[in-house]
Order: sequence, then structure tokens, then C-alpha cells
Amino acid sequence: MYKTPDGKEIFVLDGHTHFWDGSPENQANIHGKQFIDCFYAYHTNLSPKEHLWEKSRFEKYSEDDIYRDLFVDGPDDMAIVQTTVLGDFYKEGFGCIERTAEMAKRHPERFIVNGAFDPRDGEKALEYIHYMKEEHNITGVKMYTAEWNGASKGWALNDPQAYKCFELCEKLGIRNIHVHKGPTIIPLSKDAFDVHDVDYAATDFPNLNWIVEHCGQPRLDDFCWIAVQESNVYGGLAVVLPFIHARPRYFAEMIAELLFWVGEDKILFGSDYAIWTPGWLVEKFWNFQIPDDIAEERGVQLTDEIKEKILGLNAAKLYGIDVGAKKSELAGAPVQIAAE
Amino acid sequence: MLTDIIRADLETEVWECLEMVTDPELDEPITDMGFVERLEVIDARRVEVEFRLPTYWCSPNFAFLMAFGIRREVGALPWVREVQVWLNDHCFGDQVNEGVNSGRAFGEVFAEYCDGADLGEVVEKFMAKAFDRRQEVVLRGLRRRGLGAEEIVAMTVGALDRVVFGSEDEIRQMARYRDLLETQGLADTPDAPAFPTWDGQPIAPADLPAHLDRLRGTRISMEFNGAMCRGLASTRYKEVEIGADGPTLVDFMLGRVPPREDAAMRK
Repeated sequence: MYKTPDGKEIFVLDGHTHFWDGSPENQANIHGKQFIDCFYAYHTNLSPKEHLWEKSRFEKYSEDDIYRDLFVDGPDDMAIVQTTVLGDFYKEGFGCIERTAEMAKRHPERFIVNGAFDPRDGEKALEYIHYMKEEHNITGVKMYTAEWNGASKGWALNDPQAYKCFELCEKLGIRNIHVHKGPTIIPLSKDAFDVHDVDYAATDFPNLNWIVEHCGQPRLDDFCWIAVQESNVYGGLAVVLPFIHARPRYFAEMIAELLFWVGEDKILFGSDYAIWTPGWLVEKFWNFQIPDDIAEERGVQLTDEIKEKILGLNAAKLYGIDVGAKKSELAGAPVQIAAE
Repeated sequence: MLTDIIRADLETEVWECLEMVTDPELDEPITDMGFVERLEVIDARRVEVEFRLPTYWCSPNFAFLMAFGIRREVGALPWVREVQVWLNDHCFGDQVNEGVNSGRAFGEVFAEYCDGADLGEVVEKFMAKAFDRRQEVVLRGLRRRGLGAEEIVAMTVGALDRVVFGSEDEIRQMARYRDLLETQGLADTPDAPAFPTWDGQPIAPADLPAHLDRLRGTRISMEFNGAMCRGLASTRYKEVEIGADGPTLVDFMLGRVPPREDAAMRK
């Protein structure tokens, strides 16, 4: 719950968080080390100085840490925790569903645990989707097309094997497909961040919601174009929002583009915790205004009503959460600060 | 002593020619981005260059292009007999280093890693983005000087060359825009229109606002990369220490290459 300066209570559903173990003990090779190092560089690059973490805490944080950072010190009411396996880089996986589910079990009213699968696993991927539905009752998945899998160094959403998996997701009611376009490395003759496969998949699966994390950056222009064509494509603000601190004017330009092209109903807040913490992000976002010249040129502004949609109402719709009922439920179960 | 001075001059010369190598995705010189980490001239004939990208995962295809770009530009200096290029800490580093130092042609090396496909289409796509970005700065500069849509789209290269631009960014991008117009054969005479599209089409006065909207979209995407890459390049291998006075950034990297301003001052 974020309380505005004039006392209004804003429902916050954090659409993109992680519970990872990137510690040296879990790293399987140099790639695992480089992966968490890269995340840490994102963290140090865009965080305000007073919110910087030490490397060891960043590599692996506890169940108490995530609960405190999101719900006690942070304004989140609920958080979606994404799964990112990276089985080629980490011995026990980077952010796996079993470990996350175990953590989330302590506060099931606050966490939505999303799964993940790798279409390149073929039949096994299909079995695994069944398993995640039965065991964890997932309603969403995170797709990381840049993931390495043996000789393969990336895949596309419109690969035939992926389509089989999405057909099954639709059948089982797993409707929210979060997509992260990391750099796909091979084939080298292609643009590593190309987002056009989203366009094909969104057209061919109109009943699924396609939430493109980082709004397709660094291909925001292509993403905006796709989101205009496809009514079931959404933009997640993870990685985009932190620019609000280091480069506020540039953030204003990005959010103005998104409001103009994608629209206020299809933009979702996400902290990308633990790369960044939601406390400072939400605070700065609520107090942000697009500078007049940019707002005029695009004819958009971040009103309180729009901010409320972005911070929680839009994601609540996708995940079928009745915000009024959820607010009462959480009011009856206030955040617990563990005795230290 | 004399050899030290000669070597310093030669190193400056190499440094300046490396400005011609750009990151295709950002349209910025690799020297500006802080990618070049070490540069050494040995016996006034051999040059070694080490570079590193902002992350281990940066697009390997562009890493290949930059490595071969370094080899090409440095190798073109008249006194250079031998060039060695090293890409450090990259997921494709071994392949890039083997390829660029093998003496073989770019196309031959590269084709091995993509079933014979070439990089032409991707390179063209990013050159078009670079063109748009440079053009946007020039167009907005003209609008700021009060020129209307009619005047702008009817402007010739000769007339554009007579405009005196004000800001540093405008002056820099104007020169780079003119360079692309010429090298891409988009405007090779003074009376050619100064503002064709990348496809060589004229822009109608009424279409200029929509054209600028599109260019803005391209710029915002490219700037994301630029901002991210500059930040990541500067924070890579730095860790935070929480001391009594709160956290501080500890710099483990020592700059061994003169930054751009220093090189410019020595001219």
C-alpha cells in the first residue's frame, strides 16, 4: 500500500520480482558468475546511492529480506515472482519455482508465483507445464528467449515447439505470458534484441496476455508499434522505471511514448527486485510529472488516476484479482516484522 | 626520451583513428564509450589494442564488427606493420580474438558462426537508425532556428552547409549526418535535397511532423542502449562497500588510456 502525500491509499501490485540464488556456491561456471555480475552492474548503475547493496547480499538474499523489502519497507501489496531457471549457468537454477514456492508459502496472500519452461525441451516441456499447473497452480509464466540450452543460445516465441507449449498454456488457463527479450546470441546474423516474434505469437494466441518486460527496450520503437497492432500486448516497466532517478527527463520521454502508443491501461509496474527495490521507485513515480514540453508534444500526462492503474490496477485485471476484496483481506493481515 | 615522445605521438595517432570505429547499435565511437582499455605501440611498427564491452553478453555480431573495425582502421596507418586486437571478458571472446587475429577476411570468419549467412541486413538496419538519429538532431536544430516545414524539406545540401549550428550536439551530428549523406550516395551535389529519407525519398512538408515523431522513437530506443552501456561500462567490476559513512563505490579499474579530452588537448 502506497500512501500518497494527501493520504490516499494506492494498491501496488509489483509485476516483476525475483527470488534468486546467484551466489558463487550455486554458480556452475563463468557464465553464472557473469550473469549475476551483469545484474549487479544494473543495480549499481541506476540505484540511488543510499539504496546500494553489498555484492554478497545481492547474490543471495533471504526469505525475510524479500518480505521486508517488498512489503514492510516497500509499498507492495502483492508481488509476482518470476521464475528464471538458467540451468546451464547455475547448479540448482537461478530463480527456480520450487525454492520460490517454498518462500511464498509463508505469505500466500501476497505472492503470485509464476513458472517458466523451455520449449526446446520438447515433450518434457509439455509435461513440465502440466506439473507446474497441478503442483503450483500457476497462472502465468516468464519466457526468457535468451536462455542457453546446450548448443542453442536462444529461441523465438514463434518457433513451432513454443507454439505447442502456448497451446497447452491456453488450455490449462495459464494466460499471462511475461516475455523478456535478452540478447539472443546465435544465429549471429540476426539482431540480438529483435522483438518481432512477439507480434506473431500475440496474433496467433489472442486469448493469452503478452507482457513484454522492459517494454522491449532497447527496441522500444518496435515494441510500441507491435503493441498498437495487438490488443493483448502489454508493457512491463522493469528496467525502464529506474531511469526516473538517474535520468528523469529521459524517463519522461519513454513514458510519454508508452502512454501515447501503448496506452494507460496496458502499462504495468515492476521493480525487478532485487535489482531494484520498490520503495524508492514507487515514491519517485508517484511524485513524477512529465515536463510540459514533452507532455505537450505527445499530448499525454501522468495523472494520479493513470499512476494508480500502472501501479496495480492493470496487473490486477490480468491476474483476476478483486482489488477491493484484496485490500480488506490484507487489512486483516497486516505485515509482520519478524523478531530479529 | 625521444622514443618515448615518438611513442606517445604514435599512440595518440592510433587513439584518434579508433574514433572512426563505432558501436553499430549505438552509433557512438568506441573511444567515447570507454570500450578501449589498453593501447600500446611497440617498436613504432606494432600496435596492440584491448577492448571490453559493457557486459559479457553484448551482441557478439557487433563485437566482431568492432574488432575487425579496429584492425582495419589501425592497419591503415602508414607506419603500422602489425595489429593485434583483444576483446576481453566476453562470452564470444575466444572466437572473436581467434578470428580477428587470424588475418582472414571478416566475411569468411563470420560465416562460420551463422551457417554462411551474412550480417548485411542487420548492419543496414542499424545504419538506417544511425542516419535517422543524426538527421533528427539536424532537423530539430533547424526548427529551433525558426524554420518552417516548407523551408526545411526544400533545403539543399549547399544551403544546409551555410547554417551555423549552436549546440555541441548539433555541430557534432551535423558533421556526421553530412558524412552519411555523402558516403551513402544520398546527396552528392550541393543542389541535392538535404533531407531525403534513408530510402532516398523526399519528405512532403505536411509529413514532417510525423517523420519527426518516427525519428524520436528511434532516438529514444538508441538512447536507452547508450545510457545503459555508458553506465554499465563505468560500473563493471565495481563493488559497493558499506562503511561507517554509508556505501561508496570502489573503483577497481584504473584508466590506462587517455580519455577523449586529454587526447584533444594534446593536439
